[in-house]
Amino acid sequence: MSNKEKHWQKTKGHMIMTLVLWAFFSMVIFLFGYEINGMSFLGYPLAYYMTAQGSLLAFVIIIFWFANKQEKIDEEFGFGEKED
Amino acid sequence: MFKGGFIQNLPKIYGLYTGGFLVFILMMAIAEQAGVTAKTIGILFVAFTVAIYALIGYLSRTIQVDAYYLAGRQVPTVFNGMATAADWMSGASFVALAGGVYFGGYSYMAFLVGWTGGYVLVSTLLAPYLRKFGCYTVPDFIGTRYGGNGVRFCAVLVLVLASFTYVTAQINATGTIAARALGIPFEAGVWVGLVSILLCSMLGGMRAVTWTQVAQYIVLIVAYLIPVFWISNKIGAGVFPHLMLGDEVARITELEGQFGLVKNSAADVKAAGVPGGLKSIAVAHAGVGAGGMAVWKYISLAICMMVGTASLPHILMRYFTTPSVKSARKSVAWSLFFIFLLYSSAPMLATLSKISLMDPNLPTGIIGKSISDVQSLEWVKQWSSQKQVFIADFNGDGILQLNEWFMRTGVVVLATPEVAGLPYVISGLVAAGGMAAAMSTADGLVLAISNALSHDVYYNMIDPKADVRKRLIVARVLLILTGAAGAYIASMRITSILGAVAWAFDFAMSGLFFPLVLGVWWKRATREGAIAGMLSGLAAGTAYLIYVYPKFLGNPAWLGIDHLRFGLIGAPVCLVVMVVVSLMTKAPDAATQRMVDEVRVPSGKAILGRAH
Repeated sequence: MSNKEKHWQKTKGHMIMTLVLWAFFSMVIFLFGYEINGMSFLGYPLAYYMTAQGSLLAFVIIIFWFANKQEKIDEEFGFGEKED
Repeated sequence: MFKGGFIQNLPKIYGLYTGGFLVFILMMAIAEQAGVTAKTIGILFVAFTVAIYALIGYLSRTIQVDAYYLAGRQVPTVFNGMATAADWMSGASFVALAGGVYFGGYSYMAFLVGWTGGYVLVSTLLAPYLRKFGCYTVPDFIGTRYGGNGVRFCAVLVLVLASFTYVTAQINATGTIAARALGIPFEAGVWVGLVSILLCSMLGGMRAVTWTQVAQYIVLIVAYLIPVFWISNKIGAGVFPHLMLGDEVARITELEGQFGLVKNSAADVKAAGVPGGLKSIAVAHAGVGAGGMAVWKYISLAICMMVGTASLPHILMRYFTTPSVKSARKSVAWSLFFIFLLYSSAPMLATLSKISLMDPNLPTGIIGKSISDVQSLEWVKQWSSQKQVFIADFNGDGILQLNEWFMRTGVVVLATPEVAGLPYVISGLVAAGGMAAAMSTADGLVLAISNALSHDVYYNMIDPKADVRKRLIVARVLLILTGAAGAYIASMRITSILGAVAWAFDFAMSGLFFPLVLGVWWKRATREGAIAGMLSGLAAGTAYLIYVYPKFLGNPAWLGIDHLRFGLIGAPVCLVVMVVVSLMTKAPDAATQRMVDEVRVPSGKAILGRAH
């Protein structure tokens, strides 16, 4: 496998991992919205908290994590960008 | 003080600007104490901020193509994040989001998850690759990747349909705010709004829009957060509302049980003469509906908004302006961070607004009080006269019940400061924030449409030999025409017929999501597949919309897929048709495959040059 192909393999894996996290916070937990709303976080009912703030915050963190890790993958295969 | 170029000095320039804006707010507060009327303060707020945007627009004028289309590809990560956040948050987000949460509760908040979660798709699937490609517009990517004017034209078609649905609502919002703040008729307000929008975009294209959007973001976030924090502290709900409103949410649930959540019948509402568009609270604030259909309704709405977000051209094109691929990726993260600041505050504002009105222990509480007392409140009188709030004494007991109090959704943002007894200067600030939000989104949309028409239709299809001067003149003429068309439709007051903002997301997702994603992620995708996918997805989605929308054919929704979710029909059709047709046609040639390989590598030159 060429360097480019390896880089793309790893990039794809990282993309899938990120989308799994995304699916968890955007869909999976809301499958159980009714069930988890009895629990509480910071004093808020849990499902209410997640849709009002928790999932939103999770997305912000996921994207920062995604960008940092992808940069490392790029550098590992010598595709890092010099400018900036 | 200002050594080096403009870009190096951005933090200083916008720091000064923010400081200046805060000083302006203070001056207005002092003016209010000194007896300047509320009306004058409102005019000063809107006029002063719009004048600043126009000045930035003028200073960013340009005669270069790459500056006009790409802001010279030198917008730093964090600033592009702010600009995207302003581009993203519309007048509707600013004015109506908290009201939507207030009346719609948990099921409405699927919009919050959808309008933020979509950015994960933008950053993983599209933004970095489109930046590497170096396109000027979204159809520019489709046209080059798949090759040919036919496919380019289809992409322009989807772009115009999705963006135009959205832009009339924005111009409508600028008109409404300008009309109220300046005290002029709505029709005149729309044209004032249009002129302000054009001042920000015409001379400098993307460059001017970028720097005004950053300025508009600062105004709109200050205008949203100050009232939320102030009200929360004033009614003793908590110093930091986002972390401390748990007790208030529980108290609202308790009060809902005490007052009873009653859904008024349409006949009662009509008989009482409640003005159109006003609602009463009938949905639990923090409760979650049980059952499979409730879950599906929530998740399907979130999916439509997420996928739609990742297909909206005016958002994607913001990431063409960063200096590198990695800064495009980071910039998506910053965009979402800046959006999060406002979106996470909307439910808090809804909570504060509801508790202020509902809790009989607070001096502002009105539910359960005598109707004649409530009607003599100053703010109730004023907003009633504008048909924004209404009282209908259904049971005739002279006491205001929860289901007898009606409000328009925008009132939550616009009137809560007054209800909580904040000075008028805050209401003026909120008007300026709403104007900034509506203008910045309208700017981005008008530019997305006119750039597609000037670059893709005019330059690539009609006159590829046109010189730079001619191209930029055409671009500006088209910009004015697009804006004027939007303003004309807005001034006819038929936006309610054109449907919800959500439609733009469904149109974009039906026609553009899979052609864009597969263009990067599937080398085998062919031109014929892309054309067939875009057209069939758009046709299927539109046909279903006509089938299901109450004002058109009004058939019962299939599997709960109503007119807000028609992208769930369009996008799968687009995917299946695109894959099948691609596999039936000849694989893309070696040059195209190499191009896709090149897009997947972040380093190296962009596929399309700076000037093309």
